[in-house]
Order: sequence, then structure tokens, then C-alpha cells
Amino acid sequence: MVNRILDIPVWEIVKKIANQEISSEEYISKTLERIQKIEPKINAYITVIKEASLDKALELDKQIIQGKTVGRLAGLPIAIKDSICVKNIKTTCGSRMLENFVSPYNATVAEKIIQEDGIIIGKTNLDEFAMGTSTEHSYFGATRNPWDSTKVSGGSSGGSAAALASFEAALALGSDTGGSIRSPASFCSVVGLKPTYGAVSRFGLVSYSNSLEQIGPIARDIQSCALFMDCIGGHDIRDSTSNNKVPEQFTDSFEETPKNLKIGIPNEFFGEGIQEEVQKSVWNVVHKLEGLGFHYEKTNLPMVKYALPAYYIIAMSEASSNLARYDGLRYGFNVPEKNLNWNTIFSKNRRNGFGKEVRQRIMLGTYTLSAGYFDQYYLKAQKIRTLIKQDFDKVFKKFDILLAPSMPIIPFTMGEKLKDPLALYMCDVNTVPANLAGIPSISIPCGLSSGLPIGIQIMGPPFREDLLFKTGRLIEENVTIDKSAGEFTNV
Amino acid sequence: MKKTYQPISEKDVSHLAELARLELSRKDVTEIRLQLNKILDYFKMIDDVDTEGVSPTYHVFDLVNILREDKPHSPKPKDLLENVPKKKDRYIKAPRMI
Repeated sequence: MVNRILDIPVWEIVKKIANQEISSEEYISKTLERIQKIEPKINAYITVIKEASLDKALELDKQIIQGKTVGRLAGLPIAIKDSICVKNIKTTCGSRMLENFVSPYNATVAEKIIQEDGIIIGKTNLDEFAMGTSTEHSYFGATRNPWDSTKVSGGSSGGSAAALASFEAALALGSDTGGSIRSPASFCSVVGLKPTYGAVSRFGLVSYSNSLEQIGPIARDIQSCALFMDCIGGHDIRDSTSNNKVPEQFTDSFEETPKNLKIGIPNEFFGEGIQEEVQKSVWNVVHKLEGLGFHYEKTNLPMVKYALPAYYIIAMSEASSNLARYDGLRYGFNVPEKNLNWNTIFSKNRRNGFGKEVRQRIMLGTYTLSAGYFDQYYLKAQKIRTLIKQDFDKVFKKFDILLAPSMPIIPFTMGEKLKDPLALYMCDVNTVPANLAGIPSISIPCGLSSGLPIGIQIMGPPFREDLLFKTGRLIEENVTIDKSAGEFTNV
Repeated sequence: MKKTYQPISEKDVSHLAELARLELSRKDVTEIRLQLNKILDYFKMIDDVDTEGVSPTYHVFDLVNILREDKPHSPKPKDLLENVPKKKDRYIKAPRMI
């Protein structure tokens, strides 16, 4: 099969490209062909970069033949969520507001990918300003699930996860404010990591909720995910919240298998609203790990039951403040009307530039931050956040990692939850706690139900992504996912 | 003690829209009012938590005073003006103030 090279694990492909077994040009061409074929069905991309990607691949192949040392991502087609800036390329954030915005600079993560000779092949679809759990709230249309195109891809980084599941990219970047990497990773059956808060620079990520969001790697397998994380992490002077801990090389995590890992199963993540088949699939993994000699114990994080409302209050409050910058004056959507006053023009630009969900979140955030309600909502939510963080600190004294379902349900039908925002918010119930506590969390494929993917979430203490990768690999080795069940998940 | 809540009225929604600089139609106001009340009703559950004496977490790690050298770096002002919808020379054209 001509497309077989697309199916080779990315960490292997990159070696094959570096030692001239495969050319980057061939790999990029095959990916572009795949994009052309699949995109009308999936809509994972907002922008595809064709010619420039091929030119870069040819240039890189030349350098490899000349014996030059190349970077760790050399020749790989990499997709970037369209809320992350890439110089001279549109950064739309899935919004009409930024439909024509061309970024004048590179995000730090984009710079790092370029330094490692990765090839940025396109910008992926997302819920407008990353606000959503299904990638249905994009001005550029919804992204469909490659396993079943009548289902949602998860979100907000739905384009990135769907591009990987359908072999339209080798690696992809997402951002995760309350689950936006792990939700689509779970729904599309790929590996998605939300790193520890501050482990990856957010410079060049369009702000939604600064104290919660992190950029993170998405890949088809765990080792490729670790390789990607090694390349994008680290301290950055341009992001004052980036942590100056020396980044670990996580690919080294695989050299030893974990021993004596203490696994906690938090009851709150298996509560009401978690579908039975999801629970079953996650328990199946827990029992497999038990069979391999790992000890598990049920545990409690009592404050986690307040995580969802606390999360939404904080996220919407920060969003209303962050999105105040979109006035259509310096950039962004601009109504053609003249001779109106300052406030009227801005209100018109914002009414027409933002979609419904974004407007609603701005309104709610304005309310929770307004005089008389600040203490009752925003301050209270931040205090609950302290209690949630304390719960996590406490359990991580006893356990190395926590295992739970990533998403409470299997991918749902497009449009099913569009009329009821609160029902859609409920889908984030298991992912938001990690954002509130700033801890790392990864979603790994763990099974299928009625042919639709289920993901397991591994949470660990801050800066212990190595534990997530090690356990993730064990799970990957012991769980088989039948890709032939999917509509566009085979090459 | 349980707090008492007044549902948001259409007048409140219009006031919020003004604060948020969002022009809303009559239909928008009705619709947003409905959703806002539904969501705020859900948020009420946080009242059950006793947070007496708990300090808020604005940031998960207590990084303070992160300083860097005050040196200009890219992008250049000229590049930043590339996205301005209405401009004259080096200036951004804004609506009238008064």
C-alpha cells in the first residue's frame, strides 16, 4: 500500500527521514494527498500550507543528503491549533472576528517546532476562541469525528485530534483550558497531554483563560507524544507564568518500566453522568494493570464535585476580560459604518465578530466580575480552587498517579447538545479538575463502545509527566484498538 | 446561611451588554437571559462550600517578580500595523470620541 508510511509511528518515521530511508518530501506529499482526500468529510483544517511545506521538505532532504545534522522533528508534517500564532499565516481562532488576522510573529512553540526542523503543514479548526467541547462552535464549520462522521470530534482542539486520527498530520498542537486537548484526544482515540501549568510557554497563544490554559502535544502514540513534548517544553522569558524548572527529557521515561506504582482511583470521577460503557472500559485497564502487578486503591477528592461550576466561573470571568481587546480597531472584524460614536461602533464590531457561545460567555463573565457579584462568584470560585488543589496535594502524598475516564460519555451526534449549553459544559466534568490544580493529565485510547472511542485519563503531581508517559505506555501495550472500525481511521 | 438570588431581568441583560460592549437584538436579550439564569442557577451549588478563612488561588504556582531586560524585540511596530483595518500612514483611524 502506497500510504503505508503514514501508519508508521512518528518517532520511527523521524529516524527514517534522518537516515534517508524515506524522504521528507515523500512523507509530506502523502500527507497532503491524504488531506485533499479527507478534508471534505472531516474539516480538520482552517488553513493548509501546501507549497511552502513541500519546499521546506525538499530543502530539508537536501540538507540530510549533504550530511547536515537535523532537528528532532525533522521533516514531520505538524498541525497547529488555530489559536496559536504562526508568523505570516492566518490565526483565526475559529472566529469571524479574526477571519483575516495574519500573525506578525511566531508563538514560542511554533519557533521551537521550526528550530527542530518540523514542517508546519496547517492550522486546525477549533471552537471559537477555544470555547467549547465539540468543535461545533467554529465560524468555519464543525470538525467531524474520523471514527464516524455523524459524531462530534470533541473540542476545542477537535481539528488537531481529528487530523491525527485520520492521518492528515504526524503531530499536532492543542491547547487545554478545561479539557480542550483531552476531550478530542478521547473522542478521536489519540494521545493528548495537558502539561503541568507553566511547563510549555503560552507566548503566542490567543488568551482565553490565562490561569488555566496550557499548550500541549497530541500524537497517535505515546512515544511520539513524549518526543513532541521534549521539543516544545521549557522556560520562556516571554511568558511570565512559564516555570523555570529545567525541562526533563521525557523520551528517556521509556528506558525503564515503572515499578511499585501506586494507583489511585478517585470515586468522584466515576459518579453520576459517567456512562456505564465508559466506566467499564476504564476499569478494564485498571484490572489489566493490576494483573501486571500494580496496586490500586479507591480514593476521594471531596472538593472535586465543585470543580465544574468553579471552573466555568473562573474561565468566563477571565474570558470576558481577555476578549475586551477585540474592538475591531487595531485588528479584527470591523463594520463598514461611519459617523457613529466609539461605543456604538465597538458594540457593533463585537456583536457581529463574535459567535453566540462567545457572546454568552463574555456576558456571564461580565456578570460574575461585576460590582456586588465578584465575591459571590469569582472570589468564591478561586477559594474553592484552593480547596481542590489541597485535595490533589493530599492524594498525591499517597498515590503516584490517578486513573479516571477522560470524558463521561462516548462521542455524541452532531448538533445533539447545541441547544443546551449547560449539557455541553457537563462533558468537561472530569477534565477541569486538572486545570484548576495545574497538574499534568494525559488522555490515552482505552477502548471502543459501539465502534466509538473511549479514553482513559492519567493525572500526576506537577512536573511528573514522566509518570504519565510510563503508565501510558503500559496501557498502550496492553490495549488493542481496532482501527478498522473507523470510517476514516485507516490508511 | 443560604443566599437569596434574584433572577436576571431583561434590563440586567441590557446593562451587562452595555458593560461588555455587545450590541444585542431584542431576540438576543430574551435568549441570553434564559441561558444566563439557567447557568447561574447551576453555579449556586458553590454556596454549599464553606470557604471561611480560605485564601483564593489566582495562580497555581507562586511565581513572583518575574523580570526580564527591557529590550525591544520583534515584531516591529510596522508589522503590527499590518492588521489595522482603517489607517492613515502610521496612524490607526478610530471612531470619533465626542
